[in-house]
Amino acid sequence: MAISPVASSSLIRKGASDHGRSRRRGGARLTPYLYILPALLVYAAFMLYPLGRAVHLSLFKWDGLSLATFVGFGNYVDIASDERLRAAFGHAFVFVFFYAILPVCIGLVLASILTRARVHGLSIFRTIVFLPQVIAMVVVAVAWRQIYAPDGQLNTALRAIGLDGLTRAWLGDYTFSLPAVGIIGTWVSTGLVTVLLMAGMAKIPGERFESARLDGAGAIREFFSITVPAVRAEITVALTLTIVASLKTFDLIYVTTGGGPGSSTTVPSYEVYRRAFQLGEAGSAAAVGVTLTLMIFVISLIVNSIGDKSSS
Amino acid sequence: MFKKRTATGIAVAALAAFALTGCTPGASTTTSEALDPNRTVETDVSKMGDLTLTVWDQEVRGGQNEQMEQLNAAFEKEYPNITIDRVSQSFDDLGKTLRLALSGDDAPNVVQVNNARSSLGSFVAAEQLHPLDAWVDAYGWEDRFSESVLNNSRYSADGSAFGAGSVYALPQVGEVVGVFYSKAKLAELGIDLPTEWSAFETALKTAKDAGQTPMLLGNIEKWPAGHVFGPVQGAYVPADQIQTLGYGNPGGTWDTAENLKAATVLDDWMKAGYFNDGVNGTDYDAAWQDLTTGSGVFLMAGSWLAADLEDAMGDDVGFFTPSANEGAAANTTGGTGLPFAITTGSKNPDLAAAYIDFITNDDAMKILADTGNLPVNNTAELAPADGVLNDVYSAFGNVTTDGTLLPYLDYATPTMGDTLGEALQGLLDGRLSPEEFAAALEADYGDFTSGK
Repeated sequence: MAISPVASSSLIRKGASDHGRSRRRGGARLTPYLYILPALLVYAAFMLYPLGRAVHLSLFKWDGLSLATFVGFGNYVDIASDERLRAAFGHAFVFVFFYAILPVCIGLVLASILTRARVHGLSIFRTIVFLPQVIAMVVVAVAWRQIYAPDGQLNTALRAIGLDGLTRAWLGDYTFSLPAVGIIGTWVSTGLVTVLLMAGMAKIPGERFESARLDGAGAIREFFSITVPAVRAEITVALTLTIVASLKTFDLIYVTTGGGPGSSTTVPSYEVYRRAFQLGEAGSAAAVGVTLTLMIFVISLIVNSIGDKSSS
Repeated sequence: MFKKRTATGIAVAALAAFALTGCTPGASTTTSEALDPNRTVETDVSKMGDLTLTVWDQEVRGGQNEQMEQLNAAFEKEYPNITIDRVSQSFDDLGKTLRLALSGDDAPNVVQVNNARSSLGSFVAAEQLHPLDAWVDAYGWEDRFSESVLNNSRYSADGSAFGAGSVYALPQVGEVVGVFYSKAKLAELGIDLPTEWSAFETALKTAKDAGQTPMLLGNIEKWPAGHVFGPVQGAYVPADQIQTLGYGNPGGTWDTAENLKAATVLDDWMKAGYFNDGVNGTDYDAAWQDLTTGSGVFLMAGSWLAADLEDAMGDDVGFFTPSANEGAAANTTGGTGLPFAITTGSKNPDLAAAYIDFITNDDAMKILADTGNLPVNNTAELAPADGVLNDVYSAFGNVTTDGTLLPYLDYATPTMGDTLGEALQGLLDGRLSPEEFAAALEADYGDFTSGK
């Protein structure tokens, strides 16, 4: 039995006038949330709940096995006074340079050369640059651990060109282990940043470069006056991704140095792991984790607000 | 405005929901109940019906893995109603995943646990493991194992006293830390096998003067240097002092002239260039492999490397434990391999106990010996006729009967593994003086024993 269009529409109109305006507006207000509900449920179950649980845990002194005791913000006070942890956060900021700042500088140069040069086999080159992103971090770390070994490829190469004085056990050196691990981060991040920036540069209209050239601008002037301002949005994205990656880096440290020598390369996420699984201080580990999360959140906000301002 | 209000609403709702569902961590995660001490222990596995036994072990190296596979196969053959689900992982990985596994609902039945306070001690305190008393009587384990071996896995019920109380776990193998060397290399350098420390240190100097690397060490993992420091300490510090420090019981101190002397010896070795370059950046495995290729003269390490070294070097490799003085027996680091314990989450603790009995009985000791391991019982009878294993068996027998088997120093406190490892890296780098090294260890030990 079919209802004619006219009949059905009059039914709706009738119903609408029956229930009044406010009800209809309430329904409209809730509808969008209904759409995001499935995703929100998954997000809440796997992100918000664990996060809340971590915050909750961080207020206790707990060995991970027996009954916990409530200590309020005691764990956070301990974090502030723990020299080893302050050093760990310091190392994380050194990694921001190696993971984010350096790759963006290298990536800008590399991407502008690649987009201008129009060389044959560009896609192959792009693939090679991007490759470190595809390889699992543990594999990367194992490979670099061999490169940095006392008789590894790096020292062998240095000896081959007569720089014996520079050879050292890179990962066992109190001064050089931190930059050595940082360089691995640079190697990994550069590919992602370069590909991101190349995508941004491809959108720049060719006429701009043409007119700049007519005005007598050289390659370097073009780079700073046209290329860099045009890819600000991409730089923001690249910085956000790489800074987050650098602050939460764990697998690289775990496989290469285990935070050593001494505690000279330890980072906050390694401390979370060490406290939770080695020392049995689950509450303190959660507090470090929460602090790190907040810090990443704030830094990402700052980067993005700077990016938004300068692009508008 | 509207957006902000909704966001706040969601946040408040989430927190409220959380506060309602949240409870004190650790309150009701597991349902562990103590077994009735007067119940009858079932020792006949064939009457237990079809069961699966989950075992977590760390027997991953060549000979260790082989014995475990043989014993598990033999157990399943003898009791076709039992299936063994074996989960094996490296020492490092097991130590870190075990805590989580034990506090979960699906805990393994039998687990290999480090004797240390941070592992066995804290699991005992959290009532995650069964005391073995009932089975010790049923199977006569006190007759099978020597008292000093059982002491290494005795804890008081609250986990506070180490070395006394109920037995919580049983080991398969013994371990002794000493010195591996290449016989051909010593002959080439004209060095007679040293038996006491002064001769050993002279041998190191001779090797250095001949342009060799006297001592191989790979210490990127931080703990390997502990197996160099342990025997050195054993030579210079009275055994009872080291035991107090190693078990983490109150009454000892690192702040003694003897401990300082031991640290100074290591410092002197480093300054004299006895170690390979960049010890803190070298892999543990790379260092012992260097001994097999003749890149160094001596390697101070545990007996667990003997099987692998013999595979690579054949008759050329030897092992000894130098004593402090001529004619005296050696005091050196050692103990047992990681012992096997029964979890309170285990639904069939009697089966778990029968399994542990099976892998530590006389037949098992024979299989352990056949696969190149150092059986913890019947060691003298099972010693092979020659080769490095003969050296290892006699060293273990010698140290346990006449000398003293000293506890691993990281047993002492939950943080001692890290403290010792980092302090040794500092000492070997020249960053820490022997005084600062001893002070770092004293701080850790002192804080723990004074209950801070």
